[in-house]
Amino acid sequence: MTTQTISGPHAVLQAQARWRTAEIAFWLATLLPFVLAPDYLVLASQVAIAALFVLSLDLILGFSGIISLGHAAYFGVGAYTAGLISVHGWGEPLSGLVIAGTASGILGYVTSFIIARFRHLALIMITLGLGLLLQEAANAASWLTGGFDGLQGIHTWPLFGRIDFDLYGYTAYSYALAVLFVVFVAARRIIHSPFGLALRGIRENGARMPAIGAPTHSHIRTIYTIAAVIAGLAGALLSQTTATVSLEALGFQRSADVLVMLILGGAGRLYGGLIGAVVYMVARDQFSGLNPQFWYFWIGLLLIGVVMFLPNGILGGLAFAAERLKSAARKRPPVSAP
Amino acid sequence: MSATAARMTALSTRGVNKRFGSLVVAADVEIDLPAGVRYALIGPNGAGKTTLINLMTGMLRPDAGHILLGDDDITALPPQARVRRGLVRTYQINSLFPYLSALESVTLAVCERRGVARTWWRPLTAYRDEVDEAYGILGTLNLAAVCHRPTRELAYGQQRLLEIALALAARPKVLLLDEPAAGVPRDESNDLFAAIAGLSRDITVLFIEHDMELVFRFASRVIVMVGGGVLTEGTPAEIAADERVRAVYLGERQRVGAR
Amino acid sequence: MLPVLGMLFDGVAYGMLLFLMSVGLSVTLGMMNFVNLAHCSFAMLGGYVTVTLMNDAGWPFFATLPIAFVAVAAASVVLERVFFRRFYHAGELPQCLLTIGIVFVSIAAAAYIYGTDQQPVQLPDYLQGSLHLMGLDFAVYRLVLIAIALAITVLLVVTVEATRFGAKVRAAVNNQRMARGLGIDVDTLFAVTFALGSGLAGLGGALAIAMLGLDPSFALTYLIYVLIVVAVGGLGSIAGSFAAAMLLGVVDMAGKYYIPAFGSILIYVVMLAMIMARPAGLFGRR
Ligand SMILES: Nc1ncnc2c1ncn2[C@@H]1O[C@H](COP(=O)(O)OP(=O)(O)O)[C@@H](O)[C@H]1O
Ligand SMILES: [Mg+2]
Repeated sequence: MTTQTISGPHAVLQAQARWRTAEIAFWLATLLPFVLAPDYLVLASQVAIAALFVLSLDLILGFSGIISLGHAAYFGVGAYTAGLISVHGWGEPLSGLVIAGTASGILGYVTSFIIARFRHLALIMITLGLGLLLQEAANAASWLTGGFDGLQGIHTWPLFGRIDFDLYGYTAYSYALAVLFVVFVAARRIIHSPFGLALRGIRENGARMPAIGAPTHSHIRTIYTIAAVIAGLAGALLSQTTATVSLEALGFQRSADVLVMLILGGAGRLYGGLIGAVVYMVARDQFSGLNPQFWYFWIGLLLIGVVMFLPNGILGGLAFAAERLKSAARKRPPVSAP
Repeated sequence: MSATAARMTALSTRGVNKRFGSLVVAADVEIDLPAGVRYALIGPNGAGKTTLINLMTGMLRPDAGHILLGDDDITALPPQARVRRGLVRTYQINSLFPYLSALESVTLAVCERRGVARTWWRPLTAYRDEVDEAYGILGTLNLAAVCHRPTRELAYGQQRLLEIALALAARPKVLLLDEPAAGVPRDESNDLFAAIAGLSRDITVLFIEHDMELVFRFASRVIVMVGGGVLTEGTPAEIAADERVRAVYLGERQRVGAR
Repeated sequence: MLPVLGMLFDGVAYGMLLFLMSVGLSVTLGMMNFVNLAHCSFAMLGGYVTVTLMNDAGWPFFATLPIAFVAVAAASVVLERVFFRRFYHAGELPQCLLTIGIVFVSIAAAAYIYGTDQQPVQLPDYLQGSLHLMGLDFAVYRLVLIAIALAITVLLVVTVEATRFGAKVRAAVNNQRMARGLGIDVDTLFAVTFALGSGLAGLGGALAIAMLGLDPSFALTYLIYVLIVVAVGGLGSIAGSFAAAMLLGVVDMAGKYYIPAFGSILIYVVMLAMIMARPAGLFGRR
């Protein structure tokens, strides 16, 4: 597969980190909705927000192997923070985004001390428990959060003081896409940094890491905090662009949804989550007439099908198919070894 | 003992005890490893050799006793802190990073040692020195040609070498090798030990090995463990002549000296 | 003073239900390390079996209970053979995803067949009303519930502690590899244990209708309680599960009695505190 024609250790590593044509094509394609489907820009903004949230989960689950069944907690804190400052008179979107990201980041940092200590079943329980705890707390603190009815009266000011959030989602999609792209570039940088390599080490064999001198807990705390910030940004985008926040921003269902998107697309591949988000959100929109209960019937079947037959998601499946095609093509003509 | 006492002691244990339930796996273990010496640790299966390495490196906490690295008491330090001070181990059963390439694995270890593994804003490719160092280590172990292959695709013998490469990347002062040649065919294990023998004399090496021929060839001193306790210690020749050691290895149930 | 006793009584009855619904998961988790988030779907299935038999076929309540047990045990074995066994060595993420998928499907199926309303059950007259003892009122149904659960607990403990089957189960929970080495057919043993544990959950679900109600969200709502019992009780520990279930039942009930506004938060706080203090659970070994 990899022929050792390149000399020295650096070329291969550099090739891995380089932007590929397919990537550039992907990001150019994200601009297509503006021209091809201007009626769907609201949906497109929801997809971008979901993709940002999935990206956050991919950093901890896909790249670091840290399971979370309660990732909506950070999304929800970001959403409520952005909503609350708007309700209390400050609707400037960019500063709201920063404040929301900071709030969820603080929660992420605090909880990361717990997360880093556990693995396996205990971790599943703890993330699930933290998520539910936060949701119940938000419900109980209805004086602050509006409880079951959600926050009323969110108003987002124009972007840069000039560009209004229009009904067609033009601004919303531009805004969400821009944030997604900036965060994506940052996440990509993290993945290709020494720290990103350490994260992959934790995912591959966390028990071995201390034996090469790695401060595993500290690494986990860092990435968990970063992921919490990103989840908070996604939540903030949602409340700013839809002018609503309700308890379901924090719910188990949302934690499960984001997990489904990531698994569907393929975890640990950066683009897997994005593709999963697109497929999931578009399908959901197509079947929006369907009672949510029956929607989850199909999601359930999908989950079962994916773990049984497509364990690395759509992207993993594609990569596998491409690999097969390539090796089949290589076998056909009797090549002399290069 | 008097000959070695003059030399600096690299690693020592003081009255180390450990039990799993009612099973005693370390009984008042007192070991001194003089700097630069090649030590072999032998003993029947289940004697507690691996457990002793786990205790020395902090993977397990002793019930009683102390571990000293040089003059420092490191008993309370977590494993990664001991590694950073130069106490490094390998595993009897491969414990590697299946989907990282050999180069990535060793580069990771180098980055951790140099304290750059926390930086997430600069690309890995900017750390040319680290990559070069890792590549160099792989080269000394004949792994350079396969350094871009994912670990899981490497041959078993190459994976055993990668275990050692990971340890070397941490620049050990004391290197504890847990059956480095376990499962490796005879001819390959010779090469493997030749590589170990070629290590700098600044590194103190303790290796566990069952093959007496390899022990005699590559160790200057031998420690024998039985039932969690140190039965005896001496030069290979002394150990070979020791009746008690023979008794243990001939499977006789003479637990001499153990209790 | 008296309300405290009433609360304790309700808490214990509730705890008994939680114990029945979780002990199976605790044992199978301890044995195979299989994270079965669909365990409460089995409990829910038991509930619907009882509801169907009573309302559509006119069966008496008690006659439906063994059927609930058997039907759920049978259904669980089918799932185990078809899906679960492929994932024993797959790590907890695929296990979680697979079983969350099953939870979603079961919820949708229940909603499709029975609608999303609470299911009505008409308990027989002799189970209604309450017993007046020592100046206190005890709901008859809850007394019966406690009696049944206690009887099953005794049966369980005797089975595990004093039979060959129980000895094998204990060996497999303790150290699976060693159990295999001793010639125990761990896979079959696990299938049987899994069926029994799921059957108990089904029974628990059937008994729960009259106290907790039954609708499709049951599979998710009580899952968290069951997981708390397992986590706090320690994997594979019957005594631990029992203690944890009682504790959780009483704490949750106390929260709802005395601080209704924050009652639902209390159990999560307790759970997190306990897991952090003792990651292996109350009586756990790991
Ligand atoms: N984590 C553990 N828990 C319980 N017993 C253990 C554990 N680790 C090792 N043992 C037992 O301790 C004894 C010594 O094991 P070990 O140190 O691996 O022996 P050696 O490496 O000399 O073959 C063995 O009987 C083994 O079964
Ligand atoms: Mg060993």
